[in-house]
Amino acid sequence: MTWTWFHKLASPPHAYRILGRLAPWFGWTALALILVATWWGLVKAPADYQQGDGFRILYVHAPSAWMSMFTYVVMAIAAGVGLIWRIKLAHGAAAACAPIGASFTFLALATGSIWGKPMWGTWWVWDARLTSELLLLFLYLGYMALRASFDDPQRADRASAVLALVGVINVPIIHYSVKWWTTLHQPASVTKLGRPSIELAMLIPLFIMIAGFQLYFGWAVSRRLRGEILRRERNAAWLREAA
Amino acid sequence: MDLQHFLAMGGYAKFVWPAYGLTAAVLLWNWWAARRTESEAQVAARRRLELAQESRS
Repeated sequence: MTWTWFHKLASPPHAYRILGRLAPWFGWTALALILVATWWGLVKAPADYQQGDGFRILYVHAPSAWMSMFTYVVMAIAAGVGLIWRIKLAHGAAAACAPIGASFTFLALATGSIWGKPMWGTWWVWDARLTSELLLLFLYLGYMALRASFDDPQRADRASAVLALVGVINVPIIHYSVKWWTTLHQPASVTKLGRPSIELAMLIPLFIMIAGFQLYFGWAVSRRLRGEILRRERNAAWLREAA
Repeated sequence: MDLQHFLAMGGYAKFVWPAYGLTAAVLLWNWWAARRTESEAQVAARRRLELAQESRS
């Protein structure tokens, strides 16, 4: 097996061009899917028999919670690849993920809190799910603060990559927290083995919204990674064309 | 469809709408911040190139 495709993909000028070409596709598809899912979730989906229209918060809460964990896993993998194979582009990708992941984590916590008030009677409880998700937010913020504390980008890459990799342990803890401990948060109804315990008419807009969020993440990472590539690149030959 | 009925969200209006509004705000922030990161890096790279050219000539 030849690795030329891999080296080509990991070369900054090539990646810069590819990301620039992909980003608009990600962005416009994401916008379309998010708009469709918002309409479907707010208007078309039937009200829940217990939670009434309050359950519609699901369509923004669950996708943001999913993205908070998905982004962390992508960040940790990119950091690991950067650490092992010393690929600058991978470190750049990890750095690009962090602020996006932090914003999704904040959104998951905030929308969860807004949902919790009418359904549980409280904005916040220190149960395992909420606490581990809050820890995820601190991991993102810690990762960004650690990067910012180094002047030398290579040292920042290495130190922050170790933090990203250690912190990935928290992701399965968040996912299984509702199983392992008694929590106020409901157990998984979609991401489990067997049939999802949610009506299909309610499930379809959820999946559309998740797909929209994924593509939106793709757009944001592409834009930020292009910035990272330019900031790290000192080879003027191709920069002249790009910048 | 009755608009007032829709906006009332079955009595959950003060929870549903802030949740969606916050989501829109976070998505817009991400859009703005990612664009700014990219364009700032482009401006900085252009400046580096200009400086390099000046020092050569």
